[in-house]
Amino acid sequence: MNPLALAELEAVYDSLAAALNQIGLEQESLFLTKLVLLLANQVGNQAQVEQSIEAALLDLP
Amino acid sequence: MYTPDYNPRASVYYAYQIYPFQTPPELRGETKTYPVVVVGAGPIGLVTALELARYGTPVVVISNEVQVSHGSRAIVFTRRSMEILQQVGIAERMLEKAYPWRSGNSIYRGHRVFRLEAPYDADDRFQPLNNLQQQYVEQYLIEQAEQNPLIELRWGSQVIGVKSFADHAELQLDTPEDEYHLSCDWLIAADGAKSTIRQALGLRMEGASYSGRFVIADIKIDIPWPTERLAYFDPDWNRGNTILMHRQPEGIWRLDYQLPPNETPEQALAPESLNARIQAQLDMVGISATWELDWSSVYSARAMTLPDYVHERIIFTGDAAHMLPIFGVRGANTGFQDAQNLAWKLAMLLKGLGTTALLKTYSSERVTAAQEIIAEASKSTRFMAPPDRGFRLLRDAVLSLSLTQAFVRPLFHWRTSRPHDYHASPLNALKDDDSQFATGPGQGRPLQNIRLADNDYLFDHLGAAFHVLYFTDQKPAEALLSIITELENQGIPIQLLTIGQQQTFTDLTGHFAKRYDAQTGTVYLVRPDQHVCGRWKQLNAEVLKAAVYQALGREAS
Repeated sequence: MNPLALAELEAVYDSLAAALNQIGLEQESLFLTKLVLLLANQVGNQAQVEQSIEAALLDLP
Repeated sequence: MYTPDYNPRASVYYAYQIYPFQTPPELRGETKTYPVVVVGAGPIGLVTALELARYGTPVVVISNEVQVSHGSRAIVFTRRSMEILQQVGIAERMLEKAYPWRSGNSIYRGHRVFRLEAPYDADDRFQPLNNLQQQYVEQYLIEQAEQNPLIELRWGSQVIGVKSFADHAELQLDTPEDEYHLSCDWLIAADGAKSTIRQALGLRMEGASYSGRFVIADIKIDIPWPTERLAYFDPDWNRGNTILMHRQPEGIWRLDYQLPPNETPEQALAPESLNARIQAQLDMVGISATWELDWSSVYSARAMTLPDYVHERIIFTGDAAHMLPIFGVRGANTGFQDAQNLAWKLAMLLKGLGTTALLKTYSSERVTAAQEIIAEASKSTRFMAPPDRGFRLLRDAVLSLSLTQAFVRPLFHWRTSRPHDYHASPLNALKDDDSQFATGPGQGRPLQNIRLADNDYLFDHLGAAFHVLYFTDQKPAEALLSIITELENQGIPIQLLTIGQQQTFTDLTGHFAKRYDAQTGTVYLVRPDQHVCGRWKQLNAEVLKAAVYQALGREAS
């Protein structure tokens, strides 16, 4: 799988921010969980998804 | 002085009969040691007794009640359970009343997001699932036991003490007349989830207790829907929780829902709370018919088992041995398999044909089964009643996605009880051709039923014995017949069933042979509980004999 080009990453960055602003705090976790499941299904690779979960757990403030 | 409740329980559809306490011989000054005493006259205790009697073993059954189960309790019986209950003689009677079914539906926000049909094979006599209230099952088992001269039912007798020894067990019983003492070679504890005997021995179950508590309510109502499993997720009237509906005979529907976290069972069962919630569910599904409550109860989800079911001369079975989550009909359906597994082994041991190693495999096979069930059931429980915030978020995400995303819908898969596969059992033949078979039941698995003709199936012909299925079109080999005679002469119950032209079962179309991947000379050796010990492409009579000894725990002889 190819990494996103910078312009694409920036577009996703904006879209995700807009969606988070739109739904509000109460629905945020549910929304993000849905998003992860959808993306995981598209990645189609259990190990890659689990590596991403590990990576996201790093360096939480 | 123990006084059982002699008032027939209230029910809008079931007429409770009282089975009175009768003075036992011990209270007339007689004493003897019984070979087997079963404590508990629920479905598992009664099936254990009837199974033992099939092998000629006399049994005394002790119950602290004088009537059958209060409320419907276990209502869904699997195909495997029906096959076991056929052997003890009540399947036909159950089918006259039961509702067979096979489809389960998951409903979210008014949409059916998942539907699953349990597989049905044209060779099966019984449907995958059959709904009947536990009272009827117990009643039929009691009536079957009453007709059996080997079974003595002692009602209204409370266990107040139990002692375990290396070579026998002793019970102290309290009754409406007086206390007495009962001694037996083997004591079977089938006294349910709150087992007095398990507690008296101080035995601890291992596993998890979930925080969720659930209400079961049975109502009499006219709902014109087919018999299917209905699971409603996150309904408006009970956000975050799951409601199950099951149809039962006699115009009864079971509703099953989770309690809010801080509510006590007393609060949940208070009439105003119960009525409001039942009405809310009926309103949501668009049913306006009037209804009447029959019975309600609260239970907790648990997934626990004793690590060993045999303690000296005391043997645990059913809920006394393990407590399994309800999602997936695993209580009675698992217990029947315990009873069936235990009975032939204990009977063979009592006859001197099997060894103590054989009895130990009751524990090893059934504890393994319970552990597998717990692992599987825990997945269902995490989805039906998420135990923490993480699982709840994931479950809610799946619910939300399920309206538009097909890939999440299999997560609704509703895992039901299935027969255990004893593939690692020490009773299995050491050498067989299992891996060479393309079809048919493998080592450790239960036999596959075969439809022989209209209303005539293979399982109808099985008895309380080992069975040798032998595929041939000729006269069976002399070596095979002489081995079977030799085993019979030792007292081992064993029956030869031949399949082919002019055999026990004619197989004109070759259907039986095809399903068992058999050719002329192929043999299956089947344990008395219908699980396969081994199978061979070509008969070798000496290997077969060794396999029978192996299955009796006598591998050295």
